[in-house]
Amino acid sequence: MNAIAALGARTLRVLQGWGHAALFFLGLLRVLPQSLRRFGLVVVQMHAIGNRSLLIILASGLAVGFVLALQLYNTLITFGAAESLGLVVNLTLVRELGPVVTALLFAGRAGTSLTAEIGLMKAGEQLAAMELMAIDPRARVLAPRFLAGILSMPLLAALFSAIGILGAWLVGVGLIGLDGGNFWSIQQNGVDVWRDVANGIIKSAVFGVICTFVALYQGYETEATPEGVAYATTRTVVLSSLAVLGMDFILTALMFSTR
Amino acid sequence: MSKRSIEILVGLFVLLGLAGIVFLALKAANLTTLSNGETYPLVARFDNIGGLKARAPVRSAGVVVGRITGISLDPKTFQGVVSLEIKRGFDFPKDTSAKILTAGLLGDQYVGLEPGGDTANLAPGDTIKQTQSAVVLENLIGQFLFNKAAEAGSGSASGADAGGKKP
Amino acid sequence: MNPDTLIEIDHVTFGYDERRTILNDVSLRFARGKVTAVLGGSGCGKTTLLRLIGGVHGATSGRVVFDGEEIDARNSAQLYRLRRRLGMLFQFGALFTDLSVYDNVAFPLREMTDLPETLIHDIVLMKLNAVGLRGAARLKISEVSGGMARRIALARAIALDPELIMYDEPFAGLDLISMGVAAKLIRTLNDVTGATSLVISHDVPECMAISDHVILMSNGGRIVAQGTPAELMASTDPEVRQFVRGEPDGPVKFHYPAPAMADDFGLGAAAGAAR
Repeated sequence: MNAIAALGARTLRVLQGWGHAALFFLGLLRVLPQSLRRFGLVVVQMHAIGNRSLLIILASGLAVGFVLALQLYNTLITFGAAESLGLVVNLTLVRELGPVVTALLFAGRAGTSLTAEIGLMKAGEQLAAMELMAIDPRARVLAPRFLAGILSMPLLAALFSAIGILGAWLVGVGLIGLDGGNFWSIQQNGVDVWRDVANGIIKSAVFGVICTFVALYQGYETEATPEGVAYATTRTVVLSSLAVLGMDFILTALMFSTR
Repeated sequence: MSKRSIEILVGLFVLLGLAGIVFLALKAANLTTLSNGETYPLVARFDNIGGLKARAPVRSAGVVVGRITGISLDPKTFQGVVSLEIKRGFDFPKDTSAKILTAGLLGDQYVGLEPGGDTANLAPGDTIKQTQSAVVLENLIGQFLFNKAAEAGSGSASGADAGGKKP
Repeated sequence: MNPDTLIEIDHVTFGYDERRTILNDVSLRFARGKVTAVLGGSGCGKTTLLRLIGGVHGATSGRVVFDGEEIDARNSAQLYRLRRRLGMLFQFGALFTDLSVYDNVAFPLREMTDLPETLIHDIVLMKLNAVGLRGAARLKISEVSGGMARRIALARAIALDPELIMYDEPFAGLDLISMGVAAKLIRTLNDVTGATSLVISHDVPECMAISDHVILMSNGGRIVAQGTPAELMASTDPEVRQFVRGEPDGPVKFHYPAPAMADDFGLGAAAGAAR
């Protein structure tokens, strides 16, 4: 009986945690319009979240583009389809790797910094001070960061895919010697703006919501100790990554299933 | 870092990101080949549309002249009804035929238009009268086997005949 | 309700969870325009009192009344209205680390008012001048010392000229000079602006020097004594005497509750039997 009671208690705690997170999310949504009015705050956060992530996103995108070109070429050449290299790299990036890898990198770079920042602000009583000054910390501190994350992610993912394709072009056309004209024209014929590019952007926006929310929530709920903050940043990366990968499966099934 | 420089940097970031999106849409996808002008609709009916999908291209002489916008089933005639949008400026004679063809050997299917010789052109909303359905592999194999069987049968029959006729 | 009373704590009981009750049927009055100090050891509920007045938590039972209005911790509209009339100095300042000194003090002005930047500039410098840090306006928070941080936090707390200023352990961890500065500021601000000041502390000499009224609390949220500083210093109550004189043992025991020494060191009958 004790084991069942313990299991029951554990389940209730998990449910309570999810409920708490859901209410937090709704609370954030409710104060979003306010931060739209104070867009200057969002801009400052976009600089911290977006601009500062540019280097790693661009570097990773280029590297992934290189590697994809090399690996896919090896396989495609056995089917006599080496000319399709551009198309395959494009679809791989725009539909999947662009949004997903960007989200994972974002969780690691921007997500952890958000969690640590909010956690330390909470530990230093800055959020309590704001509350006692009759200023809602969710509207002033959390919502601008939330919005900045949602806006930055699609831009970063698009840049990842774009520079990945350019990297594949450098390897495929520059290094291996495939035909340059075909590289682009086969892509233009095979990639659909609405089905592939737009869906990829929608995916990255959803991932932006997930990663930013998880980061902010973990920071806000952390214990005000050094261990607490360290643990929270780890949780941010793990939870964001799992949620992104899970959501990616659902979105891919929704968007790219053959009708 | 001053507020002004932060805003400039973020503006650059947004610009860069949008440029990336535009690059993906234009250079790496089919945005420019989509009808950015006006189109007019046509209808074609097929006994079997095969693997034709919506948004597949409509080509004439291999050149893309339009898109498939819808596929449905006529409940009375049980024919497949395909809606096409053709770019304005491309007018086809009334006796144009529409065939469902495959790009390459194993590629996607599209609708090919072969113009006839009629002096009058198809008007918007017209139905293309002559259509050829998609080639379905099973039917092809079945036909091949049937032909083979018929050949063997008539061969033995003609052989028997020939045998019979020989003195 | 007595017009001289700004805040009334009326039979308030409160605990963060069911097991620990921090405040037990506490009743207090804070007089308008006076400096009231709440003294006591750690964990006696002083900071909790501040939180209840600020509406951060709601009392389990009893009422907290601010200027005749009962505080309902769930009524956000009322809370934000009341919080505009108070300023709080947190123990370590709670300054916004991503803003400069100037921006920290300007924060309440920018958020709560529509004043033009030129006017805000003057007000910020005046507040910083009041705490003696006008020259530090351009510094970053990471560049200021602990004592300076607290003074900046004070400038920020009084930016909107609040009626009630609450100080959470303003003297903790300061050297004697900084303590003197802090004490002088608290008293002068109170007298000059006519505000009501509430000082939470366990620093007896400084508090006695600047307060009009002193309340001594002990563990379990009981009020041990209250009165003017002179009255408390002259008190014969053993608890009061132990606290104001800083005696290590008295009603507040030196030893944390432990089993008998014999048991812990193996000197008891059992050990004797073994020998």
